[in-house]
Amino acid sequence: MTTLTLEKTVGSRVGVRPRAVVVGVVAALLAAAIAVLTLGTGEFPIPPADVVKTLFGQGTAAQDFIVNELRLPRVITAILVGMALAAGGAVFQSLVRNPLGSPDVLGITNGASTAALTVVILGGSSTQLSLAAVAGGLGAAVLIQLVGGKHGLHGYRFILVGIGMSAIFTGISGYLLTRGVQMENARALLWLTGSLDGRDWQQAGPLLGVLVLTLPILLLACGPGLRILEMGDDSAAALGVPVKALRTTALFTATLLVACAAAAAGPVAFVALIAPHLAKKITRAPGPNLVPALAMGALLLVGADWIAQHTPRVLPVGVVTGAIGGAYLVWLLTMERRAGRI
Amino acid sequence: MSRLSGTGMTLAYDKRVIAEELSVDIPDDSFTVIIGPNACGKSTLLRALSRLLKPAAGTVLLDGKDVHSVPTRQVAKTLGLLPQSSTAPDGITVAELVARGRYPHQSLIRRWSAQDEQVVTESMAATHVGDLADRNVDELSGGQRQRVWLAMALAQQTPLLLLDEPTTYLDIAHQIEVLDLCAELHETQGRTLVAVLHDLNHAARYATHLIAMRDGKIAKTGPPGEVLTAELVEDVFGLPCRVIDDPETGTPLVVPAARKRAQTAAAG
Ligand SMILES: Nc1ncnc2c1ncn2[C@@H]1O[C@H](COP(=O)(O)OP(=O)(O)O)[C@@H](O)[C@H]1O
Ligand SMILES: [Mg+2]
Repeated sequence: MTTLTLEKTVGSRVGVRPRAVVVGVVAALLAAAIAVLTLGTGEFPIPPADVVKTLFGQGTAAQDFIVNELRLPRVITAILVGMALAAGGAVFQSLVRNPLGSPDVLGITNGASTAALTVVILGGSSTQLSLAAVAGGLGAAVLIQLVGGKHGLHGYRFILVGIGMSAIFTGISGYLLTRGVQMENARALLWLTGSLDGRDWQQAGPLLGVLVLTLPILLLACGPGLRILEMGDDSAAALGVPVKALRTTALFTATLLVACAAAAAGPVAFVALIAPHLAKKITRAPGPNLVPALAMGALLLVGADWIAQHTPRVLPVGVVTGAIGGAYLVWLLTMERRAGRI
Repeated sequence: MSRLSGTGMTLAYDKRVIAEELSVDIPDDSFTVIIGPNACGKSTLLRALSRLLKPAAGTVLLDGKDVHSVPTRQVAKTLGLLPQSSTAPDGITVAELVARGRYPHQSLIRRWSAQDEQVVTESMAATHVGDLADRNVDELSGGQRQRVWLAMALAQQTPLLLLDEPTTYLDIAHQIEVLDLCAELHETQGRTLVAVLHDLNHAARYATHLIAMRDGKIAKTGPPGEVLTAELVEDVFGLPCRVIDDPETGTPLVVPAARKRAQTAAAG
């Protein structure tokens, strides 16, 4: 049975939208371009063409050292942190069905911060700090899961529980800072701001590993189910989505990504909130838009790092994302209010 | 034994018990309609039958097996449910939403097949939403939207389909349109339908089997002509009424009693 109006196949109407592909590709290309610019930035400026040549092993020994040894790890870390935060944020927003439902707002990032801060104040090593951040993030997710109870977590319940936990963690962090001595506090505060300074393969390596392991889970195992979950838990369950298992898997996988990003660069503010939201706004496509969000996350962080390095006094990247994010959040709240959603 | 039934079910949300010792049987190939006052447990019953709510006691049998012992995706190929409230994701088109009904038939390896293509096309044609395929769902009228959701449920291709208040929020013409469509699906596609309806006269017209509920209990079941009596309506809804023959179809027609004062005024 066909009707005249259906000359186009349904398949061509329901696949990945061309617009989403364009958004993803453009964001990725922009991120790559800014990365090249950043690699040329610093005490020894290198023109973009030379940077590209050096990346492909055609540069001079000096250029090779500066670009590939000194600066590349930092840029790669920025890209990976951006991707991890964006993917985590996209999953959270999809689980909560609210653009404000990001891991920053829900206490995951604060859980990671509090645990990391404890290690700093106790004078722990940077490896211990990273491990603590991951454990703290996962611990916060466990708490959210427990408080949410068997009703599962959605909508405002999830947000309220998360905001409550955020507040508690912030309180603990504040207390920890009053207990530290000056040196440790300076280190703690820099970490809390989120910074890419001095990041090398030690940070990039593990994060890359985690991304390689978790992205297939999110994209292939959780992605289709998450799209169905947008229609409500009952509709999704009726369509055969294992709602509870999916929610738990997605929650912990996304938390792991966000916590590992925090372990690598500190709790870089707002990227997890903005990147997926921006990707969704621009693609105008339903679903968590994971792939465009990944590209958008990389672009945001690389872009923020470029801006940070071009400010008169080089700023930690978290200050820049914080400023961008704050402005975006105000704009978002205004729009949400105008649309009558809050 | 029929394909879908529940026996001795206790249905509860946490500690709050909605129904106890509830048993229902959905006759095969029927268009079963559930009626009952607000909050008597109609949606809860549908959620239990469609394994969304696990009974605290008792079992739901689907094709002779406990519905909770069968993998959820497997159940979704046999039993569909259109819940009372579903949210259309922002920015989704009609074709995309209807295509989501194919979810239980797809897998990692098998994403979009010729069969998916055909089933979705047919589902949109059956519900007359083919012309709307590229429109955004959130710009449609209530009646159009309801037909799109029905198309999605149809695309799931389940022999059993449960519909929770498919006509709520629709004007009378769209209510009839949706019900005619259901009757057509029941007759031509041989699906077993279960629908919760509020309009007793619609229930009487379209149902082949009627289940009247009150306070978490089944008050009466059977063909509409037997179930829908003035006593039952008074008993279940607390509404004094007369039941006469529908001049169009001969099915029961419930006419609520006039207000006492109005009656006296008219008489005097
Ligand atoms: N998710 C829920 N949690 C707690 N109570 C609920 C829930 N859903 C429904 N109820 C309660 O169960 C009773 C039956 O509700 P429902 O089955 O929706 O009634 P109906 O569909 O007949 O109007 C009502 O008292 C309602 O308040
Ligand atoms: Mg109901």
